[in-house]
Amino acid sequence: MYAALWRILPGPIWVRILIVVVLLAAVLFALATWVFPWIDDITTPVQEVTVGQ
Amino acid sequence: MTEQQDDDPFAALRADDGDAAEPAPSRKAARRAQAESVQSDAAPAENVQAENVQAGTAESADLRRPRRKKRSIGSRVVGVFGELLITAGVLVLLFLGWQFSLNGIMLNNQQASDANNLAAGWATSAPPETPVPTPVATEPGAPAPADFQYGEPPVMGAIENTESFAVIYVPRFGADFKKTIAEGVDPRAVLNNGGAGHYSNSQMPGEVGNFAIAAHRDGWGSPFLKINELQLGDKVYIETQDGWYTYTYRSTEYVTPFGVGVIDPVPQVPDATPVDRLITLTSCNPLYIASERIIAYGVLTDWTPRSVGAPAEIAAIVGA
Repeated sequence: MYAALWRILPGPIWVRILIVVVLLAAVLFALATWVFPWIDDITTPVQEVTVGQ
Repeated sequence: MTEQQDDDPFAALRADDGDAAEPAPSRKAARRAQAESVQSDAAPAENVQAENVQAGTAESADLRRPRRKKRSIGSRVVGVFGELLITAGVLVLLFLGWQFSLNGIMLNNQQASDANNLAAGWATSAPPETPVPTPVATEPGAPAPADFQYGEPPVMGAIENTESFAVIYVPRFGADFKKTIAEGVDPRAVLNNGGAGHYSNSQMPGEVGNFAIAAHRDGWGSPFLKINELQLGDKVYIETQDGWYTYTYRSTEYVTPFGVGVIDPVPQVPDATPVDRLITLTSCNPLYIASERIIAYGVLTDWTPRSVGAPAEIAAIVGA
């Protein structure tokens, strides 16, 4: 899977590495900004620090 | 060799990776070998040797190509499946790192600036309706002095749900500890913002009865992380538009998650008529397990109007 991904990247090796770094940074940013907060939201226990019925 | 590859998904992975990186250099090596063989007459013995080695690499790379084609569908599926599992594992670790570190840092920064903005807004916009109150008399012969040096503390009206209406300062939790208090204890709308939430069915700051608030202890900025470290006499300051309410920590209690009695006007005595002005902090216990609730109680011991200025202990961090 990742090998195939690496193979379809264009250019010499340093261009490929640059592309991979940029892609990784974009993925991490998207995770921290949208995906993780969303997961956090849907997995929050209804009641963890409060008392109630 | 082929058998081993089929058995071991990681071997397949490695072979795959090897191939991916191989073609470019091996072609180059082959070309160089060709070029060098033309002038090999002139080349010293060392070069010839090197050229042989390179030619050998190119050859073995060419040999590997047909071997990859032999990889069965099953081995490929297993390889991709393995990569997906590794990716999932990395994602879970990243999420945990985000949840317990990065998100907490971001929430705490946000809380600090929110608290400052609230306090700054009150400092500039609060109308000085009441003249500067003078400390209530302690002259001899006067009627019994009020409980508080600046008289009866004001009580603010009802607040709209999820609106921030106060800032809490607890020096025991950290020298610069300040968080917002918003109306309601809904986890998503209020508590997950890293501040505290006010139980809507409990009283307001300074009111006779019980001002009950909740906050996270592990994650989401962990505002009440050190709730178990409060010591007798520790101060809990609540700042509102009117000024600062100084509560003094009195006791801790552990209850089940259904122990709603702790937010009663007189905690755990449902039908009693309140006399004291209490504060109740609730959070989870034990850390990261949350099968119980830890409850910290305090009692109002002082109140300071906005016109007088912040209490000395927190003066340095108010709105700063």
